[in-house]
Amino acid sequence: MPDVSQAAQLLVGGLAAGTLYALMALGIVLLYRASRVLNFAHGDLATAATFVAFTLMAGGWGFPLATTAALAAAGTFAAGFYLVVLRPAREATLLGRIVVTLGLALVLNGLTTAVWGAETKVFPFPLSDTRVYRLGGVVVSQLSLGLLGAGLVLVAALYLVVQHTRVGLAMRAVAQHVEAAQALGIPARRILAFTWGLAGALGAGAGILTAPATLLDPAMMLDPFLKGFAGAVLGGMDSLPGAVLGGLCLGVLEALFAGYVSVKFKTTLAFLVIVLTLMVRPEGLLGREVRRRA
Amino acid sequence: MRTDLRQRYDEDLALVRGTAGWLAVLGLAVALLLFPLYAPGYLLFTAVLAATHVIVAVGLTLLTGYTGQISLGHAAFVAIGAYTTGVLGRGVPALPGLAGGLPWWVTWPLAGLVAASFGALVGLPALRLTGPYLTIATLGFGIAVNQVLTNWEALSGGRMGLPIPRVTLGLGGLSPDRQLAYLALGTAAVLVWVAVNLARSHVGRAFVAIRDSDIAAEVMGVHLTRYKTLAFALSAFYAGVGGALFAQALRHIEPQMFTLFESIYYFAMIVVGGLATIPGAVIGAVILTLVPQWLTAAREWQPVVYGAAIILMMAVEPQGLYGRWLRIRAYLKTWPL
Repeated sequence: MPDVSQAAQLLVGGLAAGTLYALMALGIVLLYRASRVLNFAHGDLATAATFVAFTLMAGGWGFPLATTAALAAAGTFAAGFYLVVLRPAREATLLGRIVVTLGLALVLNGLTTAVWGAETKVFPFPLSDTRVYRLGGVVVSQLSLGLLGAGLVLVAALYLVVQHTRVGLAMRAVAQHVEAAQALGIPARRILAFTWGLAGALGAGAGILTAPATLLDPAMMLDPFLKGFAGAVLGGMDSLPGAVLGGLCLGVLEALFAGYVSVKFKTTLAFLVIVLTLMVRPEGLLGREVRRRA
Repeated sequence: MRTDLRQRYDEDLALVRGTAGWLAVLGLAVALLLFPLYAPGYLLFTAVLAATHVIVAVGLTLLTGYTGQISLGHAAFVAIGAYTTGVLGRGVPALPGLAGGLPWWVTWPLAGLVAASFGALVGLPALRLTGPYLTIATLGFGIAVNQVLTNWEALSGGRMGLPIPRVTLGLGGLSPDRQLAYLALGTAAVLVWVAVNLARSHVGRAFVAIRDSDIAAEVMGVHLTRYKTLAFALSAFYAGVGGALFAQALRHIEPQMFTLFESIYYFAMIVVGGLATIPGAVIGAVILTLVPQWLTAAREWQPVVYGAAIILMMAVEPQGLYGRWLRIRAYLKTWPL
């Protein structure tokens, strides 16, 4: 019989990691819903944005200012990428669009490595990994608490934007049916660019939250990005709540697996989960994939 | 004006057309035969590397270009092939008859077959998965294989990797590197020839039918399960043989050589050369092998070059370099028109 406090401990750690996965998954799902594009550059954009924040802070900017600037930069870049590269390639097939984002991922990753070097750096973060609180038998670091809190804030902000603003309404309309939305006078291109920007900023937020826990290096977001993908598939590529649920589930599952079975094969589990989910429920936990009729 | 437009049905069937075609084939054969004899050492290595990339890229084209199933886990099949030759070539003391290690002409096909069986395994869930879901599943497969190789030290030597015994054709008087180059170029030539013919056969047409519309293909009597699995297995077979060759070329393998980036590089090759054409895969593989060789001074820019090449290609010429060449040729053929 495993110790209850150990299980609780694993649960808290899993939730903290799951929050990051959920944030990555949200960015991926946001874009997939809107334009059926799988954005393979999402993780690398997040990494690049984190490096921008790092450089700004090294240049004497305060944490809030540097972070905001990095989020804005990532958002602008993502929106620009949509308008300049992806929009003209609209006629391209699904494969073509995936290929373009793969290319962007390579370019961003290469540039990050070339500009900032491959060695790891310590990302200055206002919360500490070593200061801990004891809640009952569970030890929670200040960093994990901050992570959960920040993740919650970002998710809530996204929820408010998508569900309770006019832009959000337009986003949902475009996601459902581009032509119908355009016929009703919604500027689909601008809305899609905005969606890309929002997703980019969200990814940057996830990157800045990941950096203090892992250390800053060009490959930093690869793992969270892949887990975000896994979480998105688990929750359903079409559903924003699904992305959050999928990410959190994956984080917790992974922590329990690492705690009780094997740390080494943690990542393998994530993909076993995806394949099993897809076999049983191809649309994911909360997803509703419309069946295609040719 | 050229007058080699096809006029009869058997001209359409012919693999090589006209005197010019035969001359080109002859020239290529002579070049492939002479190159390993006279090329300096570093070019030999580049040629072997190019041959492995050609094999993997042609296999990937059969899957992604022809059947329309995106695989981002191809490095895993390459790794499976490489490790199969590595483990079997070195010998497995626990198994009777395998203690001494097997010769290359046994391990290479076996590498292909082992990879193919994994390919079929991945192909099975692929039956229910389309588009992005399949991409993610293959991505996951690639990561999972990499992790197993890193952590299953008894089999793979873990991060330290595995030394690969040298292979030769057993010809005296020819340096082992030159013999390996012959082996590599020969294998690549045979596999490309097989792929070209396969693409022309009913199998290739079934693949294309599935790519264009799987539902319509099924209605027309294409057995979806059989052909989708076959596409995966075939493609993995090519990757496995390519992996065996790759292991032989480097004589040392470790999990770091088979990451997601490698999968994306293979993808870049078939995109740059031209999706869904076998000559395109060959051209792309050769060019993207040569480019990093010229970039040795700025190794860290390699991903940038690959990525930029991909984006540019999709923006300017989605048909790839080979597609552009076909258009130039068509233009010349019909010229004064």
